[in-house]
Parts: sequence; structure tokens; C-alpha cells
Amino acid sequence: MKFGVVVFPGSNCDHDTYYVLKEVINQETLFLWHKEHSLKGVDCIVLPGGFAYGDYLRSGAIAKFSPLMQEVKAFALSGGLVLGICNGFQVLLELGLLPGAMLRNKNLKFLCQYVHLRVEKKDTPFTKKAAIGQVLRIPIAHFEGNYYTDQQTIDRLKTNQQIVFRYSEPDGRLTDQANVNGSLENIAGLINKEGNVLGMMPHPERASEALLGSCDGRIIFESIIEHLKTV
Amino acid sequence: MKERGLMIDKKLLDEHNLTEEEYRLIVDLIGKQPNLTELGIFSLMWSEHCSYKSSRIHLKQLPVSGDHVIQGPGENAGIIDIGDGLAAVFKIESHNHPSFIEPYQGAATGVGGILRDIFTMGARPIALLDSLRFGPLSNPKNRSIMEGVVSGIAGYGNSIGVPTVGGETYFHDCYSLNPLVNVFCLGIAEKDKIFYAKAEGSGNPVLYVGSKTGRDGIHGATMASAEFRDDLEEKRPNVQVGDPFKEKLLLEACLEAMEKDLIIGIQDMGAAGLTCSSSEMASNSGTGIEIDLDLVPQREEGMTPYEIMLSESQERMLLVASKDKVEEVQKIFTKWDLDAVVIGKVTSDNRLKVNFQGELVVDIPVDPIVNLCPAYRRESEAPAYIRSKSKLPSLQVPEDHNQVLNTLLAAENFADKEWIYRQYDHMVQINTIQLPGTDAAVLRIKDTNKALAVSLDGNSLYTYLEPKTGSKIAVAECCRNLACVGAYPLGVTNCLNFGNPEKPEIMWQFKEVVEGMSQACRAFNIPVTGGNVSFYNETDGAAIYPTPVLGIVGMIDDIHKTTTPGFKQPGDIIILLGENSDEIGASLYLKYIHGLESGPVPQIDLLKELAVQEACRQAIDEGLLESAHDVSDGGLAFCLMECCLLSKEQTGCSLELRDDLASHVLLFGEAQSRIVITVKPDKVERIEAIAQIKKIKTSVLGKTGGNKFIVKHHGKEVIHYSINQGFNIWKKSIPSQFKLT
Repeated sequence: MKFGVVVFPGSNCDHDTYYVLKEVINQETLFLWHKEHSLKGVDCIVLPGGFAYGDYLRSGAIAKFSPLMQEVKAFALSGGLVLGICNGFQVLLELGLLPGAMLRNKNLKFLCQYVHLRVEKKDTPFTKKAAIGQVLRIPIAHFEGNYYTDQQTIDRLKTNQQIVFRYSEPDGRLTDQANVNGSLENIAGLINKEGNVLGMMPHPERASEALLGSCDGRIIFESIIEHLKTV
Repeated sequence: MKERGLMIDKKLLDEHNLTEEEYRLIVDLIGKQPNLTELGIFSLMWSEHCSYKSSRIHLKQLPVSGDHVIQGPGENAGIIDIGDGLAAVFKIESHNHPSFIEPYQGAATGVGGILRDIFTMGARPIALLDSLRFGPLSNPKNRSIMEGVVSGIAGYGNSIGVPTVGGETYFHDCYSLNPLVNVFCLGIAEKDKIFYAKAEGSGNPVLYVGSKTGRDGIHGATMASAEFRDDLEEKRPNVQVGDPFKEKLLLEACLEAMEKDLIIGIQDMGAAGLTCSSSEMASNSGTGIEIDLDLVPQREEGMTPYEIMLSESQERMLLVASKDKVEEVQKIFTKWDLDAVVIGKVTSDNRLKVNFQGELVVDIPVDPIVNLCPAYRRESEAPAYIRSKSKLPSLQVPEDHNQVLNTLLAAENFADKEWIYRQYDHMVQINTIQLPGTDAAVLRIKDTNKALAVSLDGNSLYTYLEPKTGSKIAVAECCRNLACVGAYPLGVTNCLNFGNPEKPEIMWQFKEVVEGMSQACRAFNIPVTGGNVSFYNETDGAAIYPTPVLGIVGMIDDIHKTTTPGFKQPGDIIILLGENSDEIGASLYLKYIHGLESGPVPQIDLLKELAVQEACRQAIDEGLLESAHDVSDGGLAFCLMECCLLSKEQTGCSLELRDDLASHVLLFGEAQSRIVITVKPDKVERIEAIAQIKKIKTSVLGKTGGNKFIVKHHGKEVIHYSINQGFNIWKKSIPSQFKLT
């Protein structure tokens, strides 16, 4: 398997994601510089967390114009696996590969903390090793993770079963309190209709080593590997 | 220039914070009357902030050498060898004045500045910590300052991707008109790839890299060297504006150029901007520098040489490279969308020469600018309050200690600080082993089996009442925090926040603090590798309490041999390392329950302290401990309460105490050199054996379990308290002060 981690100016979880894929999960991994035009034959693209271009405008709004994004979009539209984490999720929204937008967190503050995610969908390349209803403990770190979209889109997301993760209590109950950033429908992660592009606000790369307090994030990377083996 | 025939009078000198004697000395040293730009250069470089003119004489007594010291004070940051070919690079800096005037940008640029100090030496910053002091939150102005400062730190640190992993926040009236923002940064460098502020090799090009220069921050260093009066609003333009995105690019570009060995010397443009970087680099190498201001990238029009030389625009660096490497350096900076412009060259005449529109506008020898500012032995005299506050009046002791706990848990100095630290990305870079809110931050060093621990500490009530003892305790407590996570201290950086040094009482506080610090650092055998002095923390003549803040970096040799403060499970035995004593003075109990700020400050025996810390470290190293937490503010009772609050399951405990002390003293007194540990029952014997070897006292206090905090003293129940109730009070106190939590 070959993973490519995209580096925008201002990405700051690129090294973390690279480290986990390469050193912890032992996969061939390379950085993809945003000004390049080649995806170098990778099997899965990860758009990492951070503040691409400083996010002074809307998060991800400038990153979508990076030259490499043309290739990423084409790769996604042809069925290639793309995972957007945090800022990467925001970029996917701006690119139009996933629907909706991010508002500021409901308390208007940056939030860095562990949250609980309930797995809502199992038949995806990113969650095939998880069980429906399984609760994962993974940290978030963002200012704009308050997912928003119109009612029609929400209905469509539900009909198509595109909601992959929801913020929940440790026992899986969906409450307002667990929904720390105020997202519609407690949405923490979404997949496209075709099932090959996943965006999630929590950081699985921060929960991939026991030393750091949780290994629950590995299930996402391991699912991808499992999926790629079968393709 | 129009300024020829400039009249240098007292008013102009006042505006530049220079005395008439200093001016005469300058004329003597440079052999001419300075023009306005040259005067501006001296005003910055001879400011207290840059020259340490009031503190230098005293700071000399601090121990600065040690086996592992690669770089002591005098550079951008201190450097310690940590083995495996790696070095820890760290420093603390204050950004107090700017943070009062414009809290968000003041704090943000404080973070930006300290980060540059670290990566300019070739280190990748891996952690930030902050020591913050505000006035009480009951005052809306203080709330707004704190909100601004915290979001400024978050805004900068989160964006650039360096985790803010810990620190401390204290509240006191004395900081209402003078908040303190001390920012600490730790980086890791390869030992053989460390870079210094050097301008070597006559003829080598001098490059300006990073953001463009604007008019922001002119006279920032001079501002930090004077008291505030009622002209606060007018000073707002002196505060710089930070751009963490630019700094992220600068960080990556600099590290890439360093990795490829393209740089001879590099210095960030922080306080005193282009002036400081150019003259210091030349001075360090015994060379000179000649620059052309027309080549300096500028974002405003019509800037004068005075403004360009004195600007403190952020995210800029000056570097020297050999001629044949310039193109490659520029290629790297272009890749990161940054300016990298040759603006001058290294010369051999030991002078700083500045050209502007074809005219030589500055021509002065480097040495006087950097090294010849006079050092002052300022008058000092013990303040009158020292004597009057050294004795305790008799106290009406409250009957109900449960009520005392209610009050303390809600008090902002004790309350949970999650409201602050959850605004900071404390996990990015995936090294954070211990999350904030514990004794010390613990960070793994990737590709090794080691971890670094960092603690920031300072108790200004102690240093106010007894500066020397308070200062010793600050060092001791900082090291004790490290011992609680199993780390031994490697090096110290300090941030010394004081009032106006021209006042004898302030100077006395400063002298005493430095002396105490020196004694403690010697006793613990830890070198001071640098730091920062921040004087003039006064507004309208009222000074802050003397506030030395220590930042100590420690090492954990085996990453798996560390522990946390929270109780782990019911049935563990609670043991006190060290002993209780009859000391209640200077405690926060006195402050919150009796409204008293009075000594005597607890006494500290540095050798005994060291033995307690060694015993704790050894116990952790032998894998004996379930938890460890140091006893400090709020005494034994609050320490144990925190062990309950920080346990995952809110595990309670019950204790039987038999000391012949008044209950309130035993519970809330802040006697030093104590650590509370928990062990499995079969480990008690080994702990006692270690204590015997280290010649320290220990006592079994009780055991963990239940959901209450219960204390019996001589058989009588003195505390019976619900952990859950305490948790709610402790958790909600600070968020309840703000509308949006």
C-alpha cells in the first residue's frame, strides 16, 4: 500500500500523519507537495490537519486552488480513496467532494479534547474493521468543526447513509453535551455517496499509540489497508 | 538629511529613555554627536530590556555551567545535551507590557517571538508552556484581558502547530493593571547542527528573510523598559501584529536551509528588530555589517531609516550565507513563498553602516551598541512591609473544614483550568504523554526511549513576603513537580518579573530573589541556561509582587517509568514522603479563609528537599508507584483532593492522621518538601526501605477508595467531603465567569 500525505503551506499534522502511517502502521508513505502535479502512484491520499494558508479566509478556501488539488479531485472522482482529517475535511467541503460547510464551534472557542464517536456505518473502506454502534475515543482540535448544511442535504445524507461518525457519550448515546462543537445531527464524519471520500473532524493519527492514551484511531487506517488488499 | 543640526535636548533623550549621562557616554564612545537614527539605535540597545543594565551585575552569581550544557546564557536560547545526538533548546520570555495594551496580539507575538528564539538555533519547537498572571476574574476588565491573552496564545500556537502543553495561571490584585504573560518554548535539535547569531567572513552576503517591514512595534523594547502611566491607549501602535502562518513558513524554510547546511549565522528580528540582529551578529563575530535599507522589503511607503531600523515587525530573520550558497537559500525561501533578499554584507571594520537613498545614514562602531552600555549597581533597601508581614496574628479557626474545601475549590487559584488549556492544541506533533492539568508536561522524544518533562512555577506571594526563601521554593517546587513524573532536572530558564529597578525596594526584592535562586540551583546542581528579566511592571506607580517564574526541563530515561497525580484504583496505600510541620504562614488558606497575606513563609531545607525528590524518582524508577503528586498551594488536604479529582473514576480516600498539630495547619499549611504517593499494599515495605536509604521521613496516611474524601485527626473526623460535589465546584468555577463556555 502506498499512502500520500498532502502538504499545504500551513499544514501542521502532516508529519504526525506521516509518522503514524509509516512508523506505527508500517506502510509506504510519502509527502505530496501542494504545488506538484503528480500523485506519484499512491493508493490513498490523506489531507492532513492544520491551517492551510493560515485559514485567515474560510478554512480550506484557498487550499482548494493549490495545483495538486486538480489531481486529487480527479483521483477522487475516479474512485480513489481520499481521507480528509480536520483541516483536510474542511478542504474536501471547499472542493465540493463532500456537501456542507463548517461554522465556528458553538462556544466560539478552539477546542482540543478527547471526544467519543459512534460508528454509524460499517460498509466503507474506512470503517470496515469497526462495528456499527462501536464507540471510538479520539481527540479533536479545531475552531471550525460545527457542521452545517440545509435540510434537503441532511435528508439526502441520511437516505444515502453518508453519516459515518457522530459525537456521542462514552456509552453511545447522542446528546447535546457530547456534541461539543454544535454540529448538525452530531455529525463528526461524512462519506461521499460513492463511498471513497471520507472527511472527519477528529484526529485518528493522535489516537494510534497506547503511549498517547488511545489506539482507537488505528481502526480507520487499518480498515483502509484491509480494503486496499481486496481491491 | 534634514535632521542635520538636530538638537538633542532632555526632552528628546526622555523620549528615548536615555539619561544625560548615558548620552554623554554615547558621544564619547562613538566620537560624534549621533543623528536621530543612531540615537534610536542606542535607545533600543541600551534599554533595560536589551542591555540588562540593572540586572547584569546580580545575574552573574547564577550557576551557568554543567556537564551537559552546550550553550549557557547570552544566546537566543539555552542548550542542553540530552544524548542520542540530540539537544534540548529552551527559553522563557515575557510579553507583559504588550499583552496589557492589546491582549490578543501581545500574547500572540509573545509566542511568535519565543518560537523564533528556538528555531533560529536550528531546533524544531516541540512544546510551548505559559505562565500567566491576571487580576481577579470578578473584574470584567481582567476577564477580557484573560480571554484575549488565552485566545492570542491559542491563535498563534495552534496555527503554527506547536502544542501548548501546560503552564500555570494565577490571579491576584497586583496583576490587575499589569498582567504577566511569560512564554516558554522547548525545541529539539541535532547536536551537531546548532546555529548561532554569527556574521562571519568579510564580504559574505547578509540576507533578510520573512515578512516585510512595517511601522509596527517601533520602540517595543523601550516601552518594555518604562512604567505605564495614563497614556496606555497611545501605546497601542507600539504593539506588533502576529502572523502565525508566515511564521510557519519561516520555520519550515529556515529548518530546511539549516538541514542543507547553507547558513553561516542566523538571528531573529525580535525586540529591536533589524538593529539588534545586525549589530549583535557583527559583535559576536568581531566583524561589521553594512546594509542598504532601500533593499529591505517594506509593506508601507515612505518609511524613514529611523522607522526601518527600529521596526519590530514580526516573522523576520537576518542570516549570513557564503556567496555561493545564496541562490540555493533563495530557492528554498521562494518555495515557501517568502522574501529572501540580500540587503548587505559582512565587513571587517567592526562598524554598523546603514545606507538609505544613496546616503550613509548610520555609521557607528558595533561594540558600544552591543557591549558598552553601562551596568548599574542600583541602590537597594528592604521594603517596610517585610517586617510587618513576617508574623502571624492569632486566628479564629473555622470549625467546619468541609466549608473551607468548598471555598478553596471555587477559588480561581485552585479551580480547574481546563477552560484555558482546552483552547490550546496540546496534542499536535503527537508527543504529549501527559495532558495538561498535572504536575509537569511530559513529551516523548521520537525514535528514542526517552521523554522530556517541563514544569513552570513561581509563587509570588512567597516571593513578596520573603523574596529569598520564596525564590528557593520556586526552584524546589519546580524540581519537585518533575520528580513527581519521574524526571530529573537538566537545566533552568527563568523569567524575572519585577517593578521599577530604580526604586531601592524593588532592587532589594530582585537581589534577594536572584540570591535565593542561585543557592537553590547550586544545591540541586542545575545550570541556568538563560532567561529574561522584565522590570518596570508598574502602572501608576504600583508594582506587581516580585514574580520569578522558573522553567525547568527534566529527563525521563525510560518513557514507561513515569506516573500521574490521580488515584488509580481503590485499595492503594497513601504514603507521605517528607513530613508535616507547624507552618501555616503565606498559605492560600490564610488568604481565602482569613483574608490574610502574611508570613512567615514556609522554611525550606534544600538538602532534605533533594532527598525527598530522589526518593520519589527512585520509587518511580523501580515501578513501585500508582500515583505521585506534590504538596503545594492548599497544603496536604488540597493535594489529596486533587488526587481524587484527577482520578479517572473520582476515587476517594480515607486518612488517619496523628500529627500533633492544629487540624487547620495540618490540613492546609504549605510546609515544603512533601510528596503524596500511592502504592499497592505489598510495595509499602520497599518504599520505607528507600526512605531509610535517603534518610527521609515517611508516613502511611490511609488508603484510596469510596467516593468521599475523609480525614480523621487523632480519631476525630475533620473532613467528610463528597468528591462529586468537589468536582462540580472545581470544574465550574472558571467557566462560570464567562458567558460562552
